[in-house]
Amino acid sequence: MSVLLDVQDLQTRFQVRKGFVYAVNGVSFQLDQGDTLAVVGESGCGKSVTMLSLVRLLPPAASIESGQVLLRGEDLLQLNLRQLRDVRGGEIGMIFQDPMTSLNPFINIGTQMAEPLIYHRGMSKSEALARSAELLEMVGIPDGEARLREYPHQFSGGMRQRVMIAMSMSCEPAVLIADEPTTALDVTIQAQIVELVKELRDRSGVAVIWITHDLSVVAGIADRVIVMYAGYIVEEAPVDALFEDPRHPYTVGLMGALPSLAGETGTRLTTIGGSPPDLVDLPDFCPFHPRCPYAIDRCRKENPMLEPVIDASDGGHRAACWVDIREVELEAGAAAGSV
Amino acid sequence: MSQTDSSNRAPLVRVENLTKHFSVRIGAYGETKATVHALDEVSFDVRRGETLGLVGESGCGKSTAGLTLLQLHRPTSGKVYFEEKEVTGLSEKEMRPLRRRMQIIFQDPYSTLSPRMTIGNAIGEPLWLHELASGREAQERISRLLNDVGLNPAFAFRYPHEFSGGQRQRVCIARALACEPEFIVCDEPISALDVSIQAQIINLLQDLQEEYDLTYLFIAHDLAVVRHISDRVAVMYLGRVVEMAPKESLFDNPLHPYTNALLLSVPVPNPRKERQREHIVIQGNVPSAISPPSGCRFHPRCPLAFEPCAHEVPEWREAEPGHWVACHAV
Ligand SMILES: Nc1ncnc2c1ncn2[C@@H]1O[C@H](COP(=O)(O)OP(=O)(O)OP(=O)(O)O)[C@@H](O)[C@H]1O
Ligand SMILES: Nc1ncnc2c1ncn2[C@@H]1O[C@H](COP(=O)(O)OP(=O)(O)OP(=O)(O)O)[C@@H](O)[C@H]1O
Ligand code: SF4
Ligand code: SF4
Ligand SMILES: [Mg+2]
Ligand SMILES: [Mg+2]
Repeated sequence: MSVLLDVQDLQTRFQVRKGFVYAVNGVSFQLDQGDTLAVVGESGCGKSVTMLSLVRLLPPAASIESGQVLLRGEDLLQLNLRQLRDVRGGEIGMIFQDPMTSLNPFINIGTQMAEPLIYHRGMSKSEALARSAELLEMVGIPDGEARLREYPHQFSGGMRQRVMIAMSMSCEPAVLIADEPTTALDVTIQAQIVELVKELRDRSGVAVIWITHDLSVVAGIADRVIVMYAGYIVEEAPVDALFEDPRHPYTVGLMGALPSLAGETGTRLTTIGGSPPDLVDLPDFCPFHPRCPYAIDRCRKENPMLEPVIDASDGGHRAACWVDIREVELEAGAAAGSV
Repeated sequence: MSQTDSSNRAPLVRVENLTKHFSVRIGAYGETKATVHALDEVSFDVRRGETLGLVGESGCGKSTAGLTLLQLHRPTSGKVYFEEKEVTGLSEKEMRPLRRRMQIIFQDPYSTLSPRMTIGNAIGEPLWLHELASGREAQERISRLLNDVGLNPAFAFRYPHEFSGGQRQRVCIARALACEPEFIVCDEPISALDVSIQAQIINLLQDLQEEYDLTYLFIAHDLAVVRHISDRVAVMYLGRVVEMAPKESLFDNPLHPYTNALLLSVPVPNPRKERQREHIVIQGNVPSAISPPSGCRFHPRCPLAFEPCAHEVPEWREAEPGHWVACHAV
């Protein structure tokens, strides 16, 4: 079976006054139908720019320097703008972090929801509105028909996010990209949205890419996880393997930094010392080395490639690291080094 | 995280039926006057040396509670005591010596520091304002404070834009510590930071608490963080505290249906557990604080709601020793 989405060696950079910001540096991943892939990493590591590059929704300063984005074998990077518009909101649906900026405050919900249905599905206005009302009910907003006449400010944050999800799913996309769709929401509402997306995925078979910095959300929704750092994928694994057997020091650091609702509470949290990297040069060293408690000489001289890990419990487990961290005993407190 | 038993310590801060209403104008042209019930009849105490966690969803009144307690908002009614001395109704002048002892750290380390002030001056400002130190002595205090929060004392001459979010939050903490307060309201001090940086700040706050016997009111919406740092926890819903207990009782044996729902909504960072977990999700949205539901404010979303819930405000009572709750079903 061929993969649904195959991204190969994607590189995106921004032109800035003093040169370039290297935001995405050779990212490759695959996605099958019905898969949920989570993308995690700290602020600025390139999660959003990677996904926006897939459909070329980038600011003018950005340029895609290389790569292929094969959707069912067709390279999206070779499409002209008109073809690309058919893909955006058609085959690829998108949900963004802030539903208020993605909805137009001056246009009622019904008109906004109907537009893609008219454009992509060739429906008449009344057909599109009827379908929109159904979609609202599907995402748990009762009285769909009446609410179509309302404006975004009349909906709560959680409801606006539901509207965005309904819109992104309206043209039955093959791939749904959700960029931090619950970050701005309360936990009880976040739980509702996560359940909703899972339900829609199970019903329609849509493949989901879920960007987040919350590892707990990842545990609940993902089949596979990509961990990004400084524009690189530094680890990729099935979700169980990532949580039970993380191999990249950065992933290990992220896990240790999480307080949990269950574990011990008298303990200190481990921290990742230092600051996030500057992306102004393409590094010829491991970008994590200034913060890495496992770093060896080689890490300062060569940037490791993403390769299958040793003794993987699963074939799809890859990491970019020179060291087999299972063999290293850290000195007490080394992982907790702070600024 | 003073793991010592704080249950028999005296309260440092106590609030009694504290209420704060805001008048706002609503409607497309602001033509209608309305009242926001941000904080309604809230009572709790914070004991010396402990951390009281305050949790609840966005807009439930956590910040209002912190600000009103510090008299940065004038309460609509109710009382606040600091060391059993009533501070509500004090004039600004009478309040001044107390202000030094009660500080606040805000959520957003990006907007709370003035971009034109060196961080040394930002940290030193409370020292001159309260006439605690000047000249050489002040410089030394600033160096020590920077050191305490894990920053290089040489940073004193730099400006905020030269620092990362985590470093700026450290500066804000140093500033709050400058006048040697006993009580600090930490209003979501880590929400704006990355996970890895969050852990640094939590550890720092705990170290400082131990060193200076600080008392914290720690406001957050992340329950795992609150569980980690608090001795006791209070849960708010729509302007009211609905449950308060030592953290073990609250997390292991929640009594209020909302606390229970909140705990069940939190995903856990463990995929196997997540797959087994029953995702009991409370339906519906958080109602508006302008027209809060009658009776128990949680009743429209409560799976246990029964006859009296819509009419009678449940009494705030001690259901088990040290475990307070307001619910008709408990
Ligand atoms: N218009 C731009 N000009 C220059 N650099 C940019 C621009 N937009 C983004 N970047 C840089 O690209 C990098 C990747 O940004 P991106 O938005 O993908 O991060 P992210 O992982 O999504 O972070 P977050 O979790 O904060 O959303 C960042 O370091 C950012 O500074
Ligand atoms: N100055 C004000 N004027 C009018 N309404 C206000 C004011 N400050 C707060 N409110 C309202 O009071 C209620 C409680 O707000 P508050 O900021 O205390 O909530 P919170 O629990 O801190 O929320 P968050 O987690 O989002 O910070 C909200 O409905 C808010 O809109
Ligand atoms: S390659 Fe070296 S510096 Fe990079 S993560 Fe591995 S051990 Fe750390
Ligand atoms: S008082 Fe009634 S509605 Fe409120 S929490 Fe208890 S059972 Fe639910
Ligand atoms: Mg982003
Ligand atoms: Mg607040």
